[in-house]
Amino acid sequence: MQEWANQLCENRQFGSKMTDSKYFTTTKKGEIFELKAELNSDKKEKKKEAVKKVIASMTVGKDVSALFPDVVNCMQTDNLELKKLVYLYLMNYAKSQPDMAIMAVNTFVKDCEDLNPLIRALAVRTMGCIRVDKITEYLCEPLRKCLKDEDPYVRKTAAVCVAKLHDINAQLVEDQGFLDTLKDLISDSNPMVVANAVAALSEIAESHPNSNLLDLNPQTINKLLTALNECTEWGQIFILDCLANYSPRDDRESQSICERVTPRLSHANSAVVLSAVKVLMKFMEMLPKDLDYYGTLLKKLAPPLVTLLSAEPELQYVALRNINLIVQRRPEILKHEMKVFFVKYNDPIYVKLEKLDIMIRLASQANIAQVLAELKEYATEVDVDFVRKAVRAIGRCAIKVEQSAERCVSTLLDLIQTKVNYVVQEAIVVIKDIFRKYPNKYESVIATLCEHLESLDEPEARAAMIWIVGEYAERIDNADELLESFLEGFHDESTQVQLQLLTAIVKLFLKKPTETQELVQQVLSLATQDSDNPDLRDRGYIYWRLLSTDPVAAKEVVLAEKPLISEETDLIEPTLLEELICHIGTLASVYHKPPSAFVEGSRGVQHKRLTSSAGSGESVESPDTGSAAVSEAPPAVIPSQGDLLGDLLNLDLTPPTSTGPPPAAAPGMQLGAMDLLGGGLDSLMGDESEPLGGDIGGSPAMGAGFGAPPAAMPASFNAPISGGLDDLFDLGGGGMTMGTYIPPKTVWLPAMKAKGLEISGTFVRRSGVIQMEMTLNNKAMSVMSDFAIQFNRNSFGLAPAGPLQILTPISPNQSIEAALPLSTVGPVMKMEPLNNLQVAVKNNIDVFYFSCQYPISMLFLEDGKMERQVFLATWKDIPNENESQFQIKDCHLNSDAASNKLQGSNIFTIAKRTVEGQDMLYQSMKLTNGIWVLAELRVQAGNPNYTISLKCRAPEVSQCVFQNYETVLKN
Amino acid sequence: MIHSLFLINHAGDIFLEKHWKSVISRSVCDYFFEAKEKAVEPENVPPVLQTPHHYLISIYRDKLFFLSVVQTEVPPLFVIEFLHRVADTIQDYFGECSESLINDNVVTVYELLEEMLDNGFPLATESNVLKEMIRPPTILRSVVNTLTGSSNVGDKLPSGQLSSIPWRRAGVKYTNNEAYFDVIEEIDAIVDKSGTTVFAEIQGVIEASVRLTGMPDLSMTFMNPSLLDDVSFHPCVRFKRWESERALSFIPPDGNFTLMNYHVSSQNLVTIPVYVKQNICFFETGPCGRLDITIGPKQTMGKTVEALMVTIHMPKAVLSANLTATQGNYSYDLATKVLVWDIGKLNPQKLPNLRGSLSLQSGAPKPEDNPSLNIDLKIQQVAISGLKVSRLEMNGEKYKPFKGVKYLTKAGNFQVRT
Repeated sequence: MQEWANQLCENRQFGSKMTDSKYFTTTKKGEIFELKAELNSDKKEKKKEAVKKVIASMTVGKDVSALFPDVVNCMQTDNLELKKLVYLYLMNYAKSQPDMAIMAVNTFVKDCEDLNPLIRALAVRTMGCIRVDKITEYLCEPLRKCLKDEDPYVRKTAAVCVAKLHDINAQLVEDQGFLDTLKDLISDSNPMVVANAVAALSEIAESHPNSNLLDLNPQTINKLLTALNECTEWGQIFILDCLANYSPRDDRESQSICERVTPRLSHANSAVVLSAVKVLMKFMEMLPKDLDYYGTLLKKLAPPLVTLLSAEPELQYVALRNINLIVQRRPEILKHEMKVFFVKYNDPIYVKLEKLDIMIRLASQANIAQVLAELKEYATEVDVDFVRKAVRAIGRCAIKVEQSAERCVSTLLDLIQTKVNYVVQEAIVVIKDIFRKYPNKYESVIATLCEHLESLDEPEARAAMIWIVGEYAERIDNADELLESFLEGFHDESTQVQLQLLTAIVKLFLKKPTETQELVQQVLSLATQDSDNPDLRDRGYIYWRLLSTDPVAAKEVVLAEKPLISEETDLIEPTLLEELICHIGTLASVYHKPPSAFVEGSRGVQHKRLTSSAGSGESVESPDTGSAAVSEAPPAVIPSQGDLLGDLLNLDLTPPTSTGPPPAAAPGMQLGAMDLLGGGLDSLMGDESEPLGGDIGGSPAMGAGFGAPPAAMPASFNAPISGGLDDLFDLGGGGMTMGTYIPPKTVWLPAMKAKGLEISGTFVRRSGVIQMEMTLNNKAMSVMSDFAIQFNRNSFGLAPAGPLQILTPISPNQSIEAALPLSTVGPVMKMEPLNNLQVAVKNNIDVFYFSCQYPISMLFLEDGKMERQVFLATWKDIPNENESQFQIKDCHLNSDAASNKLQGSNIFTIAKRTVEGQDMLYQSMKLTNGIWVLAELRVQAGNPNYTISLKCRAPEVSQCVFQNYETVLKN
Repeated sequence: MIHSLFLINHAGDIFLEKHWKSVISRSVCDYFFEAKEKAVEPENVPPVLQTPHHYLISIYRDKLFFLSVVQTEVPPLFVIEFLHRVADTIQDYFGECSESLINDNVVTVYELLEEMLDNGFPLATESNVLKEMIRPPTILRSVVNTLTGSSNVGDKLPSGQLSSIPWRRAGVKYTNNEAYFDVIEEIDAIVDKSGTTVFAEIQGVIEASVRLTGMPDLSMTFMNPSLLDDVSFHPCVRFKRWESERALSFIPPDGNFTLMNYHVSSQNLVTIPVYVKQNICFFETGPCGRLDITIGPKQTMGKTVEALMVTIHMPKAVLSANLTATQGNYSYDLATKVLVWDIGKLNPQKLPNLRGSLSLQSGAPKPEDNPSLNIDLKIQQVAISGLKVSRLEMNGEKYKPFKGVKYLTKAGNFQVRT
């Protein structure tokens, strides 16, 4: 204390530079005590310095909450700075000291009446930030006054305060009628008040998706447009985003809004520009295309978008993600601006990759030479990821612009000559795609490719090369030698390569049967006898039987003509694109996912759609015709992968667990039922995994082995396909099987919906094996046979571990029991609810789809018992915000009985503590995907209501786990 | 809206946090640190990250990360713009944006952040308005304050915030009235190894320094406004006048500000002021290579090219460079593998040349990638696009201000591929 005072004196004497860093000097013991004394000092200056020290400690995360009463005492002051500092402190700590915070209320209420509007505004603003219920009650009256204050500065601050209050207590805001007052403020005379009212209403509306808070009509639109010109840049963003939700009545209104929004394109703030672009892109849909203004508008959109690319890299990134959407919807806007997307060597990698993507989208016959020259340049850069993507891009160009294919192939060959290992491998993968697009055209390059056989060490490249050799075996003299060389290390290859090798050798055998008999026998025996991979074995057996029973049929199947691949695969699905266009500038546009797919807290976001002009339908692309256009795309496009029947009936298929992902924009995607297993969902959940290209089997149903853009990629493609059977035999742990609760069978698929097939079922976990137990009941008049089953990807990767074992046909009115073992290594996609499972069942009549929910305890592992110490540490380690609490009502077990019962479902009690007649059970469970869930179960003797707290690093599962507790305890 | 802000230094320490709503635990930054680890270079950290409950939107500036946490759907550009504004404000207040300066002024920074956002909504981001409420620290003021006990927080209503010209405060007074404008153009270009321009554009900006008494109304006209087809203005510029007359008409903010940015696109012909003849090659045999670079003037509009500098990021295998420069100095940083050749003024009579040998790590394969050259240069008194201000007039006030316009051309992102 003394020391600090001395220091202060010194500073005065020498007039040396005073900074806030001195506030950090008191870190020794008794600091709090010292500060306390200073805060209670009589001298104003000393008080202020002390509060500053407190704030300084607070900003770096030190706990100075103990000083609460002393700091609050400093609040009644005329010194504005001191007041503001105390407010800062209050906002931070009021929550932890609610009783103390009440002391501040009087001052707030008094300040709300102050003559100085700045003080009034400050008081109402600060009060709203104190998230304590007791304070909130006192806030209502002052807030009501401030919303009607004569000073606009106070009104605009009060508008935001309504949003704060709503966040704390939504009901209160509604009851007090603040929402109506807020709506009235949209018509305020001051533009800043209007902008803040809009911002507050938009935020409130996000938690009330269906409320009519922002009821936009031509009058309010006019008010907003007027305010737009006069308010601050941030206010413009709020107003523009709000305008984008409006649906104009006709094209005249659209045009007039567009005209008034266009000047915003010249704003220095890029967020304003992008929000304006959103409004224009949306309202443009309404304009007839033959209108002069439409053309003018298109021209006006290009320069601001280009300008965004000269901003800071972070801004560029967001701009590029949005431009990616815009060029898919309206390629004409930027078709002449290819050059601005050329990559500079010092661009951050995330900018480089986005630019590359857009370059390919803009590539056309007119500019392909330039694009290729650039891509070739990039392929010699340092960054490996970027180089790989550049090489893939050359392949995509070849597929997109037919006239350029030859040049692309020669560019790729040039690159192969560089002998840079990853370039060569990448090039081979894309050349395979080019072969699939232009069969029998570029086979002359095969010889060059074969020279590099040795250097290929990545599975994808090896598989691609093997596919090429198998496909063109008749033209490669030493095809048998080449394939044989791969066969030596068969068991060390990845599954992808093994499957490919098997198919390739079978193809070779069918083409040159005389010399290769030995080879084919070798590979068949390797696949069927020496491998423990069920997929490989299955495929091996199929080939074997085919070859031995009917070689002619084998030829027809294995050497069938393959459909061509097309560039459509990498486009965003049109309906999704339309929705994303309505969300330009938002997080949704950055992730290329609809907001409903990922925004937390936005309960049931409305799906936005582009509305097109009603007046002149013929000249406008309506959403419907838009998607129809794609459905009518050239017949060369691969048929939908969602076609389950095709998959099941095709011999050369990959087994269910590794079904190739469907091309997201493939036609037929919107054909109702197909969607269940189809790409609609995939494209929503797509993440940024590497472009696929692995599945290059010989059958038409085999996936689009063609680099798709990130957004259209399914969530997890590289699901391990082995291990399905391992799981079956994994009886380890041997846990307690007694008392496992098995839910009764429920009807999953009513006979009505499935042409007479009724399926009811349940899920069981026995000795570590998850089984789906079903009763299939034939209520139709004819015999049912040829059953098969597939699951859609789901939250925990559940997949059939083997085929559905129904050996005999089911005659009418007969029912049959079937148990299907499940593995958890299938493809993963988050479902809603989490434990939802979508199933397709096929029989000789049709394919049927249903969804069911499995109890999450099916996924609790037998070794889910945590060490006590680990439990303690983990519990502390998981942040409190991940904790969720639930009530289980009407449960009449004592804690021991509950514990036993739960153990049957692999919920293990680790410790038990009794505090004041209340039993606390600490429990743990572990999910198949390795997620631990920790639980604290409170059981009060004589009270049928249990309280359960769940902590988990993935809090999404909490709800499911709670439901499971409830069912287990009550049954 | 914006929920929280964390300031993180180069090493990954959080040294300041500010929450505008409820407090979010620091642990949320772990996702960011993970991404930072993965990106290796700090420049490559993706600006938008998704975590289970939050979105992390960050910028990297002056070796600091400004990381904001948002919970709801918020326009990311809005957040990024705002973060840059925070960095600008800190720079404006304290001279530079560095960890030590922020720590030295932590309370002021905290007060600033509080004024800039309310509940995540931007409140006052104009430097004029902020300075009226929270005065920037100066040595003199802190002395005066400590002696007199006065505060450095204004107690007036920030008048600008309410008027229709929020960027200008009322009652500005100067004894010397002056308005200076700098027209600065940067050339962004990619030139390929044969010397052909692959891509070129000009980013222009007009920076203003206006110290005028009262409420002056300025208008600026150009000799050749047709060059400006892609512009973005400071909010003070009246867009209608620009649309109809191609004149900039505005009531300026007080002090320094950016009046407009413009962009002369690749559609127009962009003049490239210098040419570069270069040859960098590595031999198949033996651990060495050769480098030979000459720079000469191309189209300089009769002006001298100054502050010419060449920067080359060498392949990793290059150990050292043994070169001779006919003009200027060169240095090779072994750690970063960056070769810098600082030439200075370009003399058209005697072209600067740098040549010599490069030695490679023995046993290393011939480098696969070709280094790119980055050129820096300055040309005074000319805007390379040819833009010229013709008149600057002032209305609304009676005095005669000093006026001036300067021009400067610089290299922006000027790359020569080899």
